[in-house]
Amino acid sequence: MRNLLVATCLGSLVATAAGVANANDELKKMAANPKDWVMPAGDYANTRYSKLNQITASNVGKLQVAWTFSTGVLRGHEGGPLIIGNMMYVHTPFPNKVFALDLAQESKIVWRYEPKQDPNVIPVMCCDTVNRGVAYADGKIFLHQADTTLVALDAKTGKEVWTVKNGDPGKGATGTSAPLVVKDKVLIGISGGEFGVQCHMTAYDLKTGKLAWRAYSEGPDDQIMLDPEKTMVLGKPVGKDSSLKTWQGDQWKIGGGCTWGWTSYDPELNLVYYGSGNPSTWNPKQRPGDNKWSMTIFARDADTGMAKWVYQMTPHDEWDYDGVNEMILSDQTMNGQPRKLLTHFDRNGLAYTMDRVTGELLVAEKYDPKVNWTTGVDMNKSSPTYGRPKVVDQYSTEKQGEDVNTKGVCPAALGTKDQQPGAYSPDTKLFYVPTNHVCMAYEPFTVNYTAGQPYVGATLSMYPPPGETHMGNFIAWDNTTGKIVWSNKEQFSVWSGALATAGGVVFYGTLEGYLKAVDAKTGKELYKFKTASGIIGNVTTYENNGRQYIAVLSGVGGWAGIGLAAGLTDPSAGLGAVGGYAALSNYTALGGSLTVFALPQ
Amino acid sequence: MRPFSFAFAVFVVVASINVSFAGDVGNPAAVKSEDGKYVDKDGNPTFKVGADGTVDWYTYSGYRRYHSECHVCHGPDGMGSTYAPALKDSLQKMDYAGFLEVVASGRKNVNASQDSVMPAFGDNTNVACYMDDLYIYLRARANDAVGRTRPGKREDKPAAYTAAENACMGKPQ
Repeated sequence: MRNLLVATCLGSLVATAAGVANANDELKKMAANPKDWVMPAGDYANTRYSKLNQITASNVGKLQVAWTFSTGVLRGHEGGPLIIGNMMYVHTPFPNKVFALDLAQESKIVWRYEPKQDPNVIPVMCCDTVNRGVAYADGKIFLHQADTTLVALDAKTGKEVWTVKNGDPGKGATGTSAPLVVKDKVLIGISGGEFGVQCHMTAYDLKTGKLAWRAYSEGPDDQIMLDPEKTMVLGKPVGKDSSLKTWQGDQWKIGGGCTWGWTSYDPELNLVYYGSGNPSTWNPKQRPGDNKWSMTIFARDADTGMAKWVYQMTPHDEWDYDGVNEMILSDQTMNGQPRKLLTHFDRNGLAYTMDRVTGELLVAEKYDPKVNWTTGVDMNKSSPTYGRPKVVDQYSTEKQGEDVNTKGVCPAALGTKDQQPGAYSPDTKLFYVPTNHVCMAYEPFTVNYTAGQPYVGATLSMYPPPGETHMGNFIAWDNTTGKIVWSNKEQFSVWSGALATAGGVVFYGTLEGYLKAVDAKTGKELYKFKTASGIIGNVTTYENNGRQYIAVLSGVGGWAGIGLAAGLTDPSAGLGAVGGYAALSNYTALGGSLTVFALPQ
Repeated sequence: MRPFSFAFAVFVVVASINVSFAGDVGNPAAVKSEDGKYVDKDGNPTFKVGADGTVDWYTYSGYRRYHSECHVCHGPDGMGSTYAPALKDSLQKMDYAGFLEVVASGRKNVNASQDSVMPAFGDNTNVACYMDDLYIYLRARANDAVGRTRPGKREDKPAAYTAAENACMGKPQ
């Protein structure tokens, strides 16, 4: 505790004395210390890699539970705790509690925070009342509540320093994502793609909560903060009204493109990276055009918010393949050249490797061989359809049309991967990716827009790929070649964020509730332990008092809790009720808790 | 919006006359058809599944609308989720009037052990124009008359239905 107080005091003194740049320096320095876990993904590059190596491939089999902590909340627990010195900050889904635990005092609760929120926000949240975690900087903990209130709490006391409202839940906007602090700003996205929200990424002043910039995903150039001449798409300027031209009338005002995933940052380039979600509605016939810039990777200047480059992965979405998954930044050699890369595992089943300086597309390959809606991305730079996925008519819900049930589309709407973040190990140069192995039937039909009400317009059913009984895989991926290196089958979708470590061990959780440790090189399972509930949280690691710990939130729910709790079946496809996709409720029950593991002393 | 308000007012009146099976869904057997909509002996909407599995139009339409508007909370096929009840079970206890009231006005169960909030869908034409469709589909699920599957064969969309739907959804006639 004392160490932290000193560190915090020093941090705030320095920040006050030298101004804005130092909050960033403080964070960068803290993130470089592997004993701490100071931001949602562990580092700005979103690698979810730790240099800690006390737990290794040869001793992880001896791992034991060191301590546990119940959050007292039943709904789906996504994200993971932050660890700073002796303090651990644990968050929960709605009502969005935050607990500050003192690790030096056997995880005694130092303070707890529970906001008062209008429960009417609950049903406005698509897919459970999840929250993906808090951020830290400048002696404050930042929480994005379900009702879109962004609150700064004093990290020592839990007292509110400032609050700001980021959106209107009455119109369907909600908060589920974790903030990221970059320099003197707190960046936060917003949810509401199933409610026709015009979504945005917003930066608030770290000290005061004052709005610094807001960049929408669709709309006029000034609202989306794109420069027609300077913002690039695949090496060319985007041109004027690049978004407006791709929507009918003013449909962009209810266009979705939500920003509820993860944000990463390259301090050298001063660029932040994130993706936008599905265009609203799910019925593609109702919104002709490419619907830019939904389903897009954005690279924006952290200070001004102006976009340096954009790339739309799924123009005119027909399947709800949100592009919000994390952008993992790595410096690697590719074709003999050192490259600054961005790797992204999209919901649409393609893994993209891009040059994060320029936005050049280097690799786009399927990371589940069952992906069938596209034959691949046009990689020919001189082609008029360069960078576009080639859509297979049979699986095009646009081509098949309204009131037609398009069957056998892989992946399902929840994607080959959803928000559950992957990890990258600079030791093996491999990406470790939790995936879904699920296909669907999708039938779009006409819907009306009512503010604050669901604006979906499709019905769908999900099931494992034909002939298969497992619904998830945990894979190792080579982003330079676009190939799967190894793949472990999982009975259910893997909805937990991975952790890679210098000990040569990779960790992830399963929906049944197992924390699993596998060999980073081979994928061989080395350890598993069944926690209190299904895991949709992300695995983290930290060191305290000379010991390495592994921590993960259990608490089944989220989108995985919708379909999988009831079990996925499609008797009409002749699959029958094979044991492989029996109901998840046979394996686990609700309940939020943190489980912390260590080697025996 | 206006067509629905009117339609709903009519529903409520009709429902209040027919609340004869509070706490019980009553006998779901269809006794007659009015323009492709089947009703039970108490005059409440109900499903009709033929010997060869052919379902009435409303059951099919309800399946479709349910999986757009309801399933993100209540789970596929009315089976429930980790945070919302299985409507195939709820409809074994809830009658037509109770169903209309909850869907139109919402319901809250917020306490120390749960925060369940059902929103009010009265203003949402995607739901409100399809109340009977949803009720009939879920009543069929509650009675195991249709399984965990998309209905295969179905009766044609009745002409009167199309006209009423277009009016309610504000589509050109």
